[in-house]
Amino acid sequence: MSVGREVVFNQNGQIVSFEESHLYNRNVQQWIYNAAERGIYDIRGLGAKRRVPHFDDLTFLTASLTRYPLEGYREKCSTKTILGTRYAKKPIELDIPITFAGMSFGSLSANVKEALGRAATAMGTSTTTGDGGMTEEERQSSKTLVYQCLPSRYGFNPDHLRKADAIEVVVGQGAKPGGGGMLLGQKISERVAKMRTLPPGIDQRSACRHPDWTGSDDLTIKIEELREITDWEIPIYVKFGATRVKDDVKLAVKAGADVVVVDGMQGGTAATQDVFIEHAGIPTLAAITQAVEALEEMDVKGKVQLIISGGIRTGADVAKALALGADAVSIGQGAMFALGCNSPVWYDKNGKPISAVKDYEKLGTKPGFCHHMQSGKCPVGITTQDPDLEQRMQPEWGARRLRNYLQVLNFELTTMARACGKSDVHHLEREDLVALTVEAAAMAKIPLAGTNWIPGSSGL
Amino acid sequence: MCGIVGLLLKDPDKQDFLGEYGTEMLVGMATRGCDSAGLAAYTNEVSEEGVRKFSLYSSSDSIDWNALTKAMREDLDCEIDLKANYNHAVIVPYGPADIVWRWLFENCPEVHILSIGRSIEVYKDVGHPAEIAERYNLRGLSGSHLVGHTRMATESAVTWAHAHPFTVGEDFCLVHNGSLSNPHSLRRMLERKGIHFDTDNDTEAAARFLEWRLREGDDMETALKAAFRELDGFYTLLIGTNNELALVRDAFACKPAVVAENEGYVAIASEFRSLAHLPDVQNADVFEPMPEEIYVWNKQSVVAS
Amino acid sequence: MEQTVRGGKLMWDLRERSVRELNYYLHHNAVKNGITEVQIFNPDGAHHIAVGLDAPIKVDILGNAGYFVGGMNKQAHITVHGNVGWSVAENIMSGVVRVKGYASECAGASGHGGLLVIEKDASSRCGISMKGNDIVVGGSVGHFSAFMAQAGHLVVCGNAGDGLGDSLYEAVIYVRGEIRSLGADAQEEPMAEDDYKTLAALLEKAGFKHHPEDFKRIASAKKLYHWNAEHYQEY
Repeated sequence: MSVGREVVFNQNGQIVSFEESHLYNRNVQQWIYNAAERGIYDIRGLGAKRRVPHFDDLTFLTASLTRYPLEGYREKCSTKTILGTRYAKKPIELDIPITFAGMSFGSLSANVKEALGRAATAMGTSTTTGDGGMTEEERQSSKTLVYQCLPSRYGFNPDHLRKADAIEVVVGQGAKPGGGGMLLGQKISERVAKMRTLPPGIDQRSACRHPDWTGSDDLTIKIEELREITDWEIPIYVKFGATRVKDDVKLAVKAGADVVVVDGMQGGTAATQDVFIEHAGIPTLAAITQAVEALEEMDVKGKVQLIISGGIRTGADVAKALALGADAVSIGQGAMFALGCNSPVWYDKNGKPISAVKDYEKLGTKPGFCHHMQSGKCPVGITTQDPDLEQRMQPEWGARRLRNYLQVLNFELTTMARACGKSDVHHLEREDLVALTVEAAAMAKIPLAGTNWIPGSSGL
Repeated sequence: MCGIVGLLLKDPDKQDFLGEYGTEMLVGMATRGCDSAGLAAYTNEVSEEGVRKFSLYSSSDSIDWNALTKAMREDLDCEIDLKANYNHAVIVPYGPADIVWRWLFENCPEVHILSIGRSIEVYKDVGHPAEIAERYNLRGLSGSHLVGHTRMATESAVTWAHAHPFTVGEDFCLVHNGSLSNPHSLRRMLERKGIHFDTDNDTEAAARFLEWRLREGDDMETALKAAFRELDGFYTLLIGTNNELALVRDAFACKPAVVAENEGYVAIASEFRSLAHLPDVQNADVFEPMPEEIYVWNKQSVVAS
Repeated sequence: MEQTVRGGKLMWDLRERSVRELNYYLHHNAVKNGITEVQIFNPDGAHHIAVGLDAPIKVDILGNAGYFVGGMNKQAHITVHGNVGWSVAENIMSGVVRVKGYASECAGASGHGGLLVIEKDASSRCGISMKGNDIVVGGSVGHFSAFMAQAGHLVVCGNAGDGLGDSLYEAVIYVRGEIRSLGADAQEEPMAEDDYKTLAALLEKAGFKHHPEDFKRIASAKKLYHWNAEHYQEY
């Protein structure tokens, strides 16, 4: 956002200075022009674009003399992660603490769903269905598949439930806590429509509350029903967007969750109102600390596992989330970028790069700025149901990219853990971190670097 | 988020079993929340002019209720009936209620008043409903009607003070299942009128709002209609007064409630499972209260309005 | 584990054996042991009775059941001889769930197939989010029934509450009595030959003797199918 003075030369070569209003800058003006012109709010994809305190504002205190680092690549550093140990007979066992978040078939192509499954299986982690049911491609390709139970219940059925390795009851997501969804007609292909029991091509509205329960007391009963149907075998996760996190985590635990999934405000979406994405929820950094405090206050830390999502991009983010107390993380947007989201090129079957710039232009955007998942015209073939466009992302190619990405995240994670002297990534702790900004220190309750000061605490 | 129960016994012969039935109902709702539980029973009405019954809660477990009543008796020079149960006690001091209230306030900072009235007795604490029923011998209560609650705390703390029923004024209590979405602005509006709050619980805002309306001269129905306009969010509210039970649900009616009525009683609960053990419930008229309808059952003539 | 088995008939007393054991038995052992009929005693409003069944067996629940009875049913014919709590037969796929008494909120929510019959009244949000199942209610339904219903039929022999069929998709509602109000995008339409046929078949299956001619058809006006700012839509 460009604000302040701008220097421009007029036709005579003289300097002309303009002063732009901070309050009504060109972005705001344009927004108001659009609102007045079209009479509708903006619907878009991706997550919050504004800057909020994040994991970048933390840094590790790695080993020197007080602590002994472990040798990279030689001395063991375990990344094994177990989720769902509270009630389920068959908890989820993962090789790495990095999972794929729920993203729907409908918002993503079947190829992408397959690629996610293949990569997750290769790396020993889990993937998750989305608001649109389970596809054969993803069930086949995923060793460990988490089946979402969403307000819409599109395609939800007992056969898929019994095929699932875990169930995730989705109360909300970080991009739009408290809101439903909107999948525009151009993405409702025949197959998507059939899976969702909707006429093809219509704009599809998703509900914001579940159809058969309301509130945590009734969620308790719903969770028990799902357990009864699956004979208490598989874990049940409860996922929500980060708002009143401490109370919500406590309620999810009281309602009987095995795993709580907290999605911060930077979490992504395929399509929702822009006002939701930018103006609802709290940053992931603040959410994780509140969630951990809730689990500790209830004395269930380690018994009920915590998955954090919303803006996890790098191995450093993963390591910081684990140090702050998460048991695992979930990634959505990061995986999409790994597949080439916003890339200027896509690759044909021979691996030849082909420019997608013109297709971005058709959407009124350019590579690096695109957030038009809702359009269904993804220039690189990820968020589309168009039979031609979806060919731009082949499952083998995508799976390799995703596997590489997960591998780098995991390398970075173990690099940092070893440097902190940990033989297990789950031994990272909050005291291994300091904050670089006052805001991050206050939200994460981590001391500001070089001090013992945690804003808001009564200590020194 | 919670479970609520209410019972009004029309048949005087059944009134000895109020606590027995009520405890079964309360424990039946433990699945809807077991952070804390509470029960208000309308029992042994005091008939003497000016005399009131006090339900007391001590935040210290080592309270000596006998010593307390002895000291009060000497200071105030009046007879006092005492029924003590661990940190709870019900006292009936045969002296002016306002003087009793001031004496307690000045002499016993660890003692909190749970209710004042002619017949109401309130028991509430942190813990599983079954444990609380056992601790305070709720099965032993007799009387005409009761209101009970099991709590799954949403936004406010889990303490005895945050447990329901909430009492305001005399013989008035309220329990709530749901979550209000504007409790803080209600609270600020009432505080500006000089109304004092004990907790930050959303239910207390509803209770104090209704009590304020009733004090301003509204009858129950008018007060509840005002509540429909002012209270936002999801709620099923059950209210007890000396003579009646009142039940309402918000316009969305997303929080459950079921009523079973026959010649012997009116029983209300969040779910039928709390009613299943009542005598002859199979032949009762079972129905679900409608959104924004006001249901009032009176001790004498049981009529739904 | 079963209590009494007589000639393919199982008698199960829920005061003696838990719902959890019952469901496990019905999922894994009933067919194996040649059970074709199950009688369940003393349900006392318990939750989740006979959920997730996937076999052509006949189940009779002798009393009142709690939340989610018959949830996600496939093939089985379940009869509740009493009232039921929230979300009876939620996500039903096939088979029949019959309630002799009243049903609480969200009856038949998100069902994909099969038939739910409620002989007396159903409360609010009956048939919410339905996706192909049929629901026949002998009495009346509460507010917001068939909210966002996508496919299937809701037949109401009595009256309907406020906001009937709000945000409907392709599901069709037939109402014999009064409708307090229609929801957004729901409209009354003339009955066609197919409607009479469908309705007659459903009434017969459900065992009600009303005349299809006495019913009104409510379906989607389809104005919300395409999001249009000029109509000042919200969703």
